[in-house]
Amino acid sequence: MSLRLAYYPGCTLKTNARNYEASAIASSKALGIELVELPRWNCCGTVHALAKDDVMHYIAPVRNLIRVEQLKNSGLVDDGRLVTLCEMCYNTLKRADVTVKEDQERRRKLREVMEEEPPYSGGGVEVIHLLQLIREVGWERVKKRLVRPLRGLRVAPYYGCLLLRPRGIGIDDANNPTIFERLIESLGAEVVEIPFKAKCCGSYQTVHMGHVASELSYRILRQAVEGGADVITLACPLCEYNLGERQGEIRGLFPDLKYIPVLYFTQLMALAFGLEDSVGLEMNNPDPRPLLRRKGFP
Amino acid sequence: MNGDEMVTVYIMGKRHRVPANLTIMKAMEYAGYQLRRGAGCRGGFCGACSTIYRMRGSFRLQVALACQKMVEDGMIITQLPFIPSEKKRYNLEKLRPDPGVFLEYFPEIARCLSCNTCTKACPQDLMVMDYVQAALRGDIKTAAELSFDCLSCGLCAVRCPAEIVPYHIGQLARRLYSRYIVGPSHQVQNRVMEIEKGIYDEEIRRLKSLDINMLREIYSRRG
Repeated sequence: MSLRLAYYPGCTLKTNARNYEASAIASSKALGIELVELPRWNCCGTVHALAKDDVMHYIAPVRNLIRVEQLKNSGLVDDGRLVTLCEMCYNTLKRADVTVKEDQERRRKLREVMEEEPPYSGGGVEVIHLLQLIREVGWERVKKRLVRPLRGLRVAPYYGCLLLRPRGIGIDDANNPTIFERLIESLGAEVVEIPFKAKCCGSYQTVHMGHVASELSYRILRQAVEGGADVITLACPLCEYNLGERQGEIRGLFPDLKYIPVLYFTQLMALAFGLEDSVGLEMNNPDPRPLLRRKGFP
Repeated sequence: MNGDEMVTVYIMGKRHRVPANLTIMKAMEYAGYQLRRGAGCRGGFCGACSTIYRMRGSFRLQVALACQKMVEDGMIITQLPFIPSEKKRYNLEKLRPDPGVFLEYFPEIARCLSCNTCTKACPQDLMVMDYVQAALRGDIKTAAELSFDCLSCGLCAVRCPAEIVPYHIGQLARRLYSRYIVGPSHQVQNRVMEIEKGIYDEEIRRLKSLDINMLREIYSRRG
């Protein structure tokens, strides 16, 4: 009997990051986890609101947390955890939960403006990231599930910022995280450490100030290439956009940079678990398939 | 309800005594208003008679279609005969059913806070916020299905703090859904073909030649 948990996709997972979603669902299933898509989910809120008097930007994330409680009460999932994939969704939902729990004034106001929903007090839902869940399931189970260990593949993990900060909600040590490294090792691949593994990729500055994202992402990419990595792996669609999709533009600014494929960690899992149909490499840019074929992976 | 019972309503601030068994629309006409705008089919289908009201003693702003909602004692009523919104022009044949299409024509949907005010403002009890959110993530099918019963009355659009026009989003979703996802309906195609072949021309000619009493009789005998 597999563990059934509520799963929050977020908008990007349904559009530009369908390969992330497909590979996450398939590889979770291989580990005995059934991700049950949250019914009636809405936008996560995108960015955590820092203003002390901001209530409106909490409505979206809190409504999602209410949907999780409803799903839990319906008995279609095994507990009150909510699994996220996108780092931004993780961060926004998690921090909204903490705020509702700790800030009585905002909790009261939210109840008033969301009177059509059952009240939410914070803490009833535990927002987690899939990486945490895999760590809990255990690296041994990951190793047991390997069909095609990623031997000979040199992988640079990139955490981004939103899984680790602020410290209170980080899934790992903010300065020296290791969860990705443990996963990469468990998949049989080789870890390439880069100093900037938790530095900012430029995040949503990519929308209005593309050059900022390009410059920040370039530093990360160069470290990975110079460290001898074959691929970078990450957990965030926005990081993937900045480090992956942007490489053409980055090379326009920094012609010395060599292309390096960027894969979601779930794609590496699906590859190692022999779930070819769910890897979705055709959506990645730069295309990782020539390199993977050279390395002996189909 | 006794047909003689009267209630007090306030139409645009003016107090009127009207029979309790009238709809808001009929009560306005009873009170002397001649409706040139804000009235259409009178059957709850066209969405022309968007109305907002409050009950005396309540802070809540409520919504209704004037032709559907019965008057109640203490209603403070106004109609919204027209909702300003920009009609975006697009050629459905040139669109693609891609997630980005909604943001291209209606970039303001990214401002949605999921506050659900639109849903609370829908006289059709549709889950308006849910369909706007579905459109935002490119789920055309869900957006089309959830907005199917929309009358484009516009009440959601005037209540939205993000200034989104939800009924235009739903309409685009339904157009994309029918054009690109479910595809053409064979029944409609067959009927159009029959019409073009002239199969019904003779009957239409005959009906047009009849006087009104014959037409009434045929209508009342229809199957």
